[in-house]
Amino acid sequence: MTTATPKIRLQGVTKSFGTKRVLQGIDLDVGGGESLVVIGGSGTGKSVLLKCILGLLQPDSGSIVIDGQETVGMRGGERIALMNRFGMLFQGSALFDSLPVWENVAFGLIQGRSVPRKAAKEKALEKLAAVGLGPDVGDLYPAELSGGMQKRVSLARAIATEPEIIFFDEPTTGLDPIMADVINNLIIKCVRDLGATALTITHDMASARKIADRIAMIYQGRILWSGPADSIDASGNPYVDQFVHGRAEGPIEMQVRAL
Amino acid sequence: MSFLAAVGRTFLNFLAGVGRLVIFTAVALSHCVRPPFYPRLIGRQIIDIGYYSLPVVGLTALFTGMVLALQSFTGFARFNAESAVATVVVLSVTRELGPVLGGLMVAGRIGAAMAAEIGTMRVTEQIDALTALSTSPMKYLVAPRLLAGLVMLPCLVVVADLIGVFGGFLVGVYKLDFNAASYLSSSWQYLETVDVVSGLVKAAVFGFLIALMGCYHGYHSRGGAQGVGAATTNAVVSASILILIFNYGITELFFAR
Repeated sequence: MTTATPKIRLQGVTKSFGTKRVLQGIDLDVGGGESLVVIGGSGTGKSVLLKCILGLLQPDSGSIVIDGQETVGMRGGERIALMNRFGMLFQGSALFDSLPVWENVAFGLIQGRSVPRKAAKEKALEKLAAVGLGPDVGDLYPAELSGGMQKRVSLARAIATEPEIIFFDEPTTGLDPIMADVINNLIIKCVRDLGATALTITHDMASARKIADRIAMIYQGRILWSGPADSIDASGNPYVDQFVHGRAEGPIEMQVRAL
Repeated sequence: MSFLAAVGRTFLNFLAGVGRLVIFTAVALSHCVRPPFYPRLIGRQIIDIGYYSLPVVGLTALFTGMVLALQSFTGFARFNAESAVATVVVLSVTRELGPVLGGLMVAGRIGAAMAAEIGTMRVTEQIDALTALSTSPMKYLVAPRLLAGLVMLPCLVVVADLIGVFGGFLVGVYKLDFNAASYLSSSWQYLETVDVVSGLVKAAVFGFLIALMGCYHGYHSRGGAQGVGAATTNAVVSASILILIFNYGITELFFAR
């Protein structure tokens, strides 16, 4: 279910690190309630794109508009108010290893929204249950959990504040196919339950096909193609075809040095 | 020409580094005085820095006081000034050795731990996660450590001063056969408020510098385990060097005629 006005609009976003131009003019719209998946190989700028939207990196030029509000250069209270509307699942889970699981999940409620600890713990246990984890897990520390459980906790943390927009950074990387599918199902369920807008970056095509309403492909810092998820196999774009089918031969050339 | 370019590049990098540190310090200080505050985190840092450093600082002070008494006695015996041992011990410990050696020990223990903890948080994206959860990492991670360092090192140095003087007393009375009462009265007779206050001011500055270096290098660490290791080393080395430099500056400020 999408609305006409884009929830997130990127126009001409560029970002360089030294002489390396990572983003070279990204134009992208994400509709309200839409689940957009950005696919692309390693080093094509997916994570940088996500960090620019989140405000963790400052773009060199271009515009990032969220709900009609320009966010590039936004600071202080305005930025915090904007961040309160976001949820984020990090690639490596990024759980705070000095805090128990429940406090990780409740962190945004306690620190960002000043919810009392007792009420926040109840909410955290509720969110842990939503991702299939029992209350006993709440008192463990992240280091005591498996990779799949850490991803679930990270997902619970991302949805704990019931955000309007949720970002997923490689949500299935490093998981076995069954656990990856469990995470995909949880993402779909959580996003639907919240009615949130979701922006996911991944190179896992099975995940992209499952959770996307629309897919966009990034290559060399530009959006090369975008369209409905079910039309990806008929994109007519040789770069997309090569990526989707995981072929070594094609227009995308990997820099491999001969032995 | 390439030599000059290399020198110029190094100098510019140095200036850029100083600029980054100054900006980091200013931002961190501004977060120390603006709400929200995190009393729970400040409390945890106070316990980490103050309570858990007590054994290492206490042992350092004890043996420093003992060695000082022994060394000054054997040295002063050459010109019949053995009676000055108690005064030398108390002045050296309160003015210099308490804050400097205490500071260096805490730099090794706490500066390294801070850099390693914050550096690991940086490379595992935990600092990005803090920002994504609407929490300023400067306020949540850096400000509590700076405040705890600033407050707790003077407390540690008060303890170090007492233990250091006690170490000198032990050697003086039980090994060098001083009279206990006259040793203590000699210690108090020449001790002035400024001696203790200057040591505590040094301790506060050193505590701030140790926490600042730990946080700064951890916060800017890059590239996994190697980057965290480098940040830890840099935090300890830079804090130790700054302690020695600032020690001279503060001594000049208090005692230069």
